[in-house]
Amino acid sequence: MVKDQEFLKSKASYCLDLAKKMGATDASVTVGHSISETVNFRNKSLEASDRSDGLALSIETYLGKRRSSISSSNLLDENIKTLIEKCFETTKITPEDEFNSLPDKNLLAKQISSLNLYDETRFENDKKIKYLKDLEESASSNNQIINTESSFTENKSNFILANSDGFCDGYKTSSFATSCVTVAKDENSMERDYEFSSKRHLSDIKQAADLGNKAAKQTIRKLSPKKIGSEKINIIFDKRISKGMLSVFASAISASAIARGTSFLKDKIDQQVFANSINVIDKPDIIKGMGSQNFDSEGVNSNTLQLIENGILKNYFVDTYNGKKLNLQSNGRSGGTTNLYFENGNIRYEDLLKKNSKSLYITETIGHGSNLVTGDYSVGATGFLVEEGEFKYPVNEITIAGNFKDMFKNITLANDLEFEYSVNSPTMMIEGMTVAGK
Amino acid sequence: MSNFFTKSDLTRQDADKVVSDTLNNCDDGELYLEESKSESIVLDDNKIKSSNYSSDLGFGFRAISNEVVAYSYSNEISKDSLKNSSENIKSTLKSIKGTYNHEIPKSNKKFYEDINPIEQKSLESKLKVLNKVNDFLRKKDGSVKQVTASFAGEQKSIEIIRSGGEALTDVRPLIRFNVSVMLEKNGRKETGVYGIGGRQSYDDYLKNDNWKNVCEEAFRIASVNLESKPAPAGEMKVVLGPGWPAILIHEAIGHGLEGDFNRKKTSAFHDLIGEKVASKGVTIVDDGTIDNRRGSLTIDDEGTPTERTVLIENGILKNFMQDRHNARLMNTRSTGSGRRENYRHIVLPRMRNTMMLSGNQTQDEMIKSVDKGIFAVSFGGGQVDITSGKFVFNCTEAYEINNGKIGYPIKGATLIGDGPSILKEVSMVGNDMMLDPGIGTCGKAGQGVPVGVAQPSILIDKMTVGGTKL
Repeated sequence: MVKDQEFLKSKASYCLDLAKKMGATDASVTVGHSISETVNFRNKSLEASDRSDGLALSIETYLGKRRSSISSSNLLDENIKTLIEKCFETTKITPEDEFNSLPDKNLLAKQISSLNLYDETRFENDKKIKYLKDLEESASSNNQIINTESSFTENKSNFILANSDGFCDGYKTSSFATSCVTVAKDENSMERDYEFSSKRHLSDIKQAADLGNKAAKQTIRKLSPKKIGSEKINIIFDKRISKGMLSVFASAISASAIARGTSFLKDKIDQQVFANSINVIDKPDIIKGMGSQNFDSEGVNSNTLQLIENGILKNYFVDTYNGKKLNLQSNGRSGGTTNLYFENGNIRYEDLLKKNSKSLYITETIGHGSNLVTGDYSVGATGFLVEEGEFKYPVNEITIAGNFKDMFKNITLANDLEFEYSVNSPTMMIEGMTVAGK
Repeated sequence: MSNFFTKSDLTRQDADKVVSDTLNNCDDGELYLEESKSESIVLDDNKIKSSNYSSDLGFGFRAISNEVVAYSYSNEISKDSLKNSSENIKSTLKSIKGTYNHEIPKSNKKFYEDINPIEQKSLESKLKVLNKVNDFLRKKDGSVKQVTASFAGEQKSIEIIRSGGEALTDVRPLIRFNVSVMLEKNGRKETGVYGIGGRQSYDDYLKNDNWKNVCEEAFRIASVNLESKPAPAGEMKVVLGPGWPAILIHEAIGHGLEGDFNRKKTSAFHDLIGEKVASKGVTIVDDGTIDNRRGSLTIDDEGTPTERTVLIENGILKNFMQDRHNARLMNTRSTGSGRRENYRHIVLPRMRNTMMLSGNQTQDEMIKSVDKGIFAVSFGGGQVDITSGKFVFNCTEAYEINNGKIGYPIKGATLIGDGPSILKEVSMVGNDMMLDPGIGTCGKAGQGVPVGVAQPSILIDKMTVGGTKL
């Protein structure tokens, strides 16, 4: 069983009291406990089981504008005492930083509404095994599939965040996640693809057979790929890739990147950065949402934010420290985004495929080719050549490149948004990118 | 050396008994105990942005029978907690019986000292170095707009208890010093990053004001990039500089030669032992035994002493890298390559220091031989799809080559190639093998472990360069 609120609260207040007693002017502490159990399958038999049970503690102590932090997994009182002493000693010799402070009291979350993020259902390992058997049975039904690997993870977590301004709250969350990776082979090639499902509640997880089927289908269609020539081309990003554009965007508008001046979107508030049909929203209070939260990692209340309105940049993601640097109020995004998404476009998926006589449909990218300072983008890619709306043949060993500043202004979105993950996007088309191949 | 049993109700004898009882009917397994202390101190934007200290303690209990691995970890070292783990493992393996293999090789060699780098240098003196870095770079040139400098240090103590009570221990220091600088000139911004590190004390790396060299190198890379033009797109010849560009070897070849992918036959190399997979003259080894290197280990995380494993010899594929589990299932021996990020993770076969050995040509000869291509000096990260064999890596410093001469610098571009065939495209191997500066972390299955790479300059006849200029 995951530790209850009372246990975590008692540890948190022990830490705060101790820090105060030693002379800290302020302190904040997070105590968490998490249990997860995973079962792994390969080629229709059990491969591994994995159980993890972990406590975690992190403390920040302040002496005026001086701050330092410690973290540990050892929650014995004696160890905590040694660590807080060490932390406070470090704080004393760390230089002052005028922006160091706990969040403004009036921004702290007051009322915690239930977002239904915890499902207490226990899915015993035997049931996970049954689920994975069904999944791999369907994944391997086609004889071109030569290897299947799958896993099911159940996680239950609880945490308390407390600070010396009196904030003390936390809540339980759960997640159930399953994934399947399949390998297919023909006389020309061997290819891999995957499918997964991750939810707060067990009952929302995809059916095993559907998941296995989909993974197999996506893998088989990649067999016997061709390399295409180098050219300017219109690129369509499958949903699992298009959501990655949002993650890049989120990093580029984090207050830390803006304050440091290391973002290609610095000083762009109230300016056009996307095509004028684009809206981007970050919504923390979606019921059962994978990214939902009642408050951020500092205890600050988080409300829905419209980041992009008709293509115009309206907000950054702001935490307390960088907010003070930029003279902005925290909007409860210390720790990052919540449920981030592009609003639907107004064209059907099928019509997006047909919009140009020829386009490249990308299903996977590899490499870390996003430069947030310059906006340059260049990654390895795998996908399909699409002609007149039809998938013609698989393509690999190519790269796609562009610059986000141009790419963002050339985005067209389909109307097929679904709320599957914490970051979600409809299928996306970007015109005028460069593919490098033969 | 940590004593894991002093502050717990669990005695050494209790632990031995639970381990032996649990693993009695299994093929392999162990109780892995770990205590780590780490620190990170970051200067950013003219200020000490964070100073964090962390201590972590826990165990991972593993049992293997046939192909099934049962694993359970906890950060509470106690009787109850070990008993829970034991029961959890037994329930997974209840119907599978094995025969415990007690054999584990021994060695007295050590490749680093039992030191705690965090305690060896005072916090004040670390803060002082970071401030000196900031002042030095900001005074150096008016184009310097942002400086980030950091220290990261760690001491990890491990103890492996095997069935029958055999115990193996190791104490591993690791440090890293990193500088990143952003320049702005005529409205253009570019960054340069450089770092050093390994399994020694901070002062072994910082002596003789060596921090200045790190600053100069980061500044030089950023300055080159300020002048860069769009990179070309398409297939062309590529000359790789020596040292860190060997992450190409790591991505393109290394991962595909790890035992697990080959046992499962998901690697493009699984049926190629004894076959020619590279040009003549190409020899690649994975070596855990180089003193004080980031990827070196006295023993791996299963207790096997590490070694220098020949992967490819003069173009012929010789060996895979193995942990005990995959080695047993493939009827071979462990190469001391069983590693884990920490006690929270299962052991996987991983690389240590992966190196292509020197040939006898010069970098000059390579550049002169290229009509149109690029010269890649430094890279950011890379990634590989083991199954299709396609791999990428990102240039952070590269130049065009035209008619045998180095031309203007080009913008960061991704290079993509095919792992199983790329080494056959190597047409020249340089005489200038160099180790990387000690900065690599390899990710696999969500676990990061420190690794090293090395190579001489090489000429690759055909690779796709992912620029924007057609």
